[in-house]
Amino acid sequence: MSVESGARPRVPRLQRRLMKGAKALTFPFLPDDYLALINPMWSARELQGTIVELRPETERATTVVIRPSFRWPGHRAGQYVRIGVEHTGVRHWRAYTLTSDSPHPDGLISISVRRVDGGRVSSFLNEEARPGMTVTLGAVEGTFCLPERAGSPLLMISAGSGVTPIFAMLRELVRDGADTDVVHIHSERDAEDVMFAGQFESLGSLLPGYRRVERLSSADGRLTPADLDRLCPDWRQRDTFLSGPPEMLTDFSAHFEAENCRERLSLEHFQPFAGDGGAGGLGQGGRVRFRGRDVTAEADGSTPILVAGESAGVPLSYGCRMGICHTCDCKLVSGRLRDLRTGEVFGQPGQMARICVSAPEGDVELEEGHIVIDGTAPRSKA
Amino acid sequence: MTVTDADPDQIVYDGTIPGGHPLHRLTPEQVEELGRELQALHDEVYADLNDTDAAYIRRIIKIQRTLAAGSRATLVASRFWPAWLLGTAGLGTAKILENMELGHNILHGQWDWMNDPNIHSSTWDWDTASPASAWKHSHNYVHHTYTNIVGKDKDVGYEIMRVDEKQPWEPRYLGQPLYNALLALLFEYGVAVHDLDVDAIRAGTKDPAEFREQMREIGKKVLGQVLKDYVAWPAVSGLLMTLTEVGAIALFNPEAAIGDGLRGGAGNVLKRLVRRRSFREPFRATLKANVAANLIRNLWTYSIIFCGHFPEQAWTFTEEEVANETRGGWYLRQLIGAANIDGGPLFHIMSGNLSFQVEHHLFPDMPSSRYQEIAPRVREICERYDLPYNTGPFFKQIGSVQKKLLRLSLPGGGPWPKPGPWREPVADKTDAGLPAFP
Repeated sequence: MSVESGARPRVPRLQRRLMKGAKALTFPFLPDDYLALINPMWSARELQGTIVELRPETERATTVVIRPSFRWPGHRAGQYVRIGVEHTGVRHWRAYTLTSDSPHPDGLISISVRRVDGGRVSSFLNEEARPGMTVTLGAVEGTFCLPERAGSPLLMISAGSGVTPIFAMLRELVRDGADTDVVHIHSERDAEDVMFAGQFESLGSLLPGYRRVERLSSADGRLTPADLDRLCPDWRQRDTFLSGPPEMLTDFSAHFEAENCRERLSLEHFQPFAGDGGAGGLGQGGRVRFRGRDVTAEADGSTPILVAGESAGVPLSYGCRMGICHTCDCKLVSGRLRDLRTGEVFGQPGQMARICVSAPEGDVELEEGHIVIDGTAPRSKA
Repeated sequence: MTVTDADPDQIVYDGTIPGGHPLHRLTPEQVEELGRELQALHDEVYADLNDTDAAYIRRIIKIQRTLAAGSRATLVASRFWPAWLLGTAGLGTAKILENMELGHNILHGQWDWMNDPNIHSSTWDWDTASPASAWKHSHNYVHHTYTNIVGKDKDVGYEIMRVDEKQPWEPRYLGQPLYNALLALLFEYGVAVHDLDVDAIRAGTKDPAEFREQMREIGKKVLGQVLKDYVAWPAVSGLLMTLTEVGAIALFNPEAAIGDGLRGGAGNVLKRLVRRRSFREPFRATLKANVAANLIRNLWTYSIIFCGHFPEQAWTFTEEEVANETRGGWYLRQLIGAANIDGGPLFHIMSGNLSFQVEHHLFPDMPSSRYQEIAPRVREICERYDLPYNTGPFFKQIGSVQKKLLRLSLPGGGPWPKPGPWREPVADKTDAGLPAFP
């Protein structure tokens, strides 16, 4: 647990056995390291992907079509994958919703990326990426998916690029031949930024129960929970999927809470999220001691321990900085933590915690999974 | 130009006179300023790291692996002496590259900034008997933190040798020339047991459970290397060469293989293979080649590493001298405690850029490919602060080490002559007023 890496590919059994035997000839390296001299895609150290097509969706959004280096393990609509992209020599990880059908006849996958101003990876994928470039693929993750048995009517609310998991779910409903009643409210600033506009038009004819409401915030103002009664009067009776920016998630989850139907709401968010998750107020924070160091970091109730530690000069390991990859995991020695995404207070001594999304709840002591001594290389504490 | 306002010709560095240690020449403020300048140099390089640096290390990895694979393939035919020579030289070179420019530097975390798990200090392992985690402790932590502090830095003599006059003489040091020769030949095993804490074992204070665990880790590495170099590859040579010979018989002399059963054709072929030592000869030739490659690597790494701190020029420190050391003091100790080796680009790569030992000790986590680039600026700082910058040609440095080791096997010895403040040779100056001609 120290540097974020790609998923373990699914290697055919015969190849796996051969490679295991050949390890005697390459110790302490792997036969893969030598196979990669011929073709980098043959290495099974990490699942990689080759970009095969870049399909513009809007002025500032692109669908990136990728061929995985080994058989794709499959995914459910709404799940996401971590993508490692190298830029100026450094590998950066981001999580993107898989917008491809699974299974895909050609074994391809895709993500659909909108360029964020100042966003390194999203800008790279929109502007600099070219077919033939390689990326690293992480494991498929996420629980923002359709229920196994779609029975009750659905309400889907998306804003901006948050539409990607909703898009994948709607395609899955069509592929399943479902006749579910779906209301889809999509909010966007300007009409030309709407992703998959053409695809959504054709959905209408293929999914009998589908009704789409498009809301342009430049003309009609920002979508608020109060609009629900007008746009979808029976929203309280629907299983609701919401994907959008953090403020929107906070507003809507508070509203659903107040109307006693919070359990009908599923959320998805990709930006680092330091809200209280509707728990009603953050904690007071506290002091953080890192075992074996003379430094004590102070963190208020909304600052992740990772950020507080870095400000105090502690060289901590990190990866995604949004609670996905576990690179920053520390062992809790004493004290309690607050999950900044859900507001939940947790922690038993010995438990591993992601410090990029945890704030201290009172004073805590942590043990780093991985120690960096000034001027020297990190050293595993195993 | 200098910050000390001293007449450089008057400055004599000599450990035996009061104030003769460079550590005591500068005021505390000057030491802190020196530290800030060096830290700024480090941060400047780190802010500039980019895809050219990433491409460099990937290219070295590719060259190293291609050379290793090519040499192994050549050694299949090692029963013929030209193939043996070529393959052994190639494999020795590949092992040196893998140990120095790759293993040593990657395990230092020099390439961690790339965030690539395949070139990262936490995942890398190297082709030596030393487990990566043990080495990261004994070298990265103990040696690079307590560099040259006699009594704390276990690299000062590796707990078996007397390399500094501050180490009290004991009769066992009489055997030093022998230990030295053995260590040079078996260097990787010396490095492997380095983290065991030989002093604690000798004193009987070593935790037996910890000792067993460490030995198990070393055993795993040794076994892996022995199986690969001394069993698996020799067997590959034996099998492939035998098959080639069987193929040749089938092609050019098929009547020899005709007959009934073991008494006839197959028996004849078998007898012929045994008589011609079709398996045994290639097996032994490859085995010998791999032993030779490991010896070449051991000798070379020993030489480069002994030149890092043991030449007469380098300064050592007592625990009292470094009590309450500041960040600036740490930099100063690193600067004068190491010694460089002059050489060309290929020499620097083959020594893992440890020929820039001074720069490496100042910035152990800086990508090695940048040492050469910052060396003139480190020398400029030395010149301005009237500090020595230890460097010399390879044979001078290794000769100095050997002379010192021999002398210190006997009681007494030292102190050694030390260079004065660094002055850049005039030939290298471009600001002498005259532009270059033509």
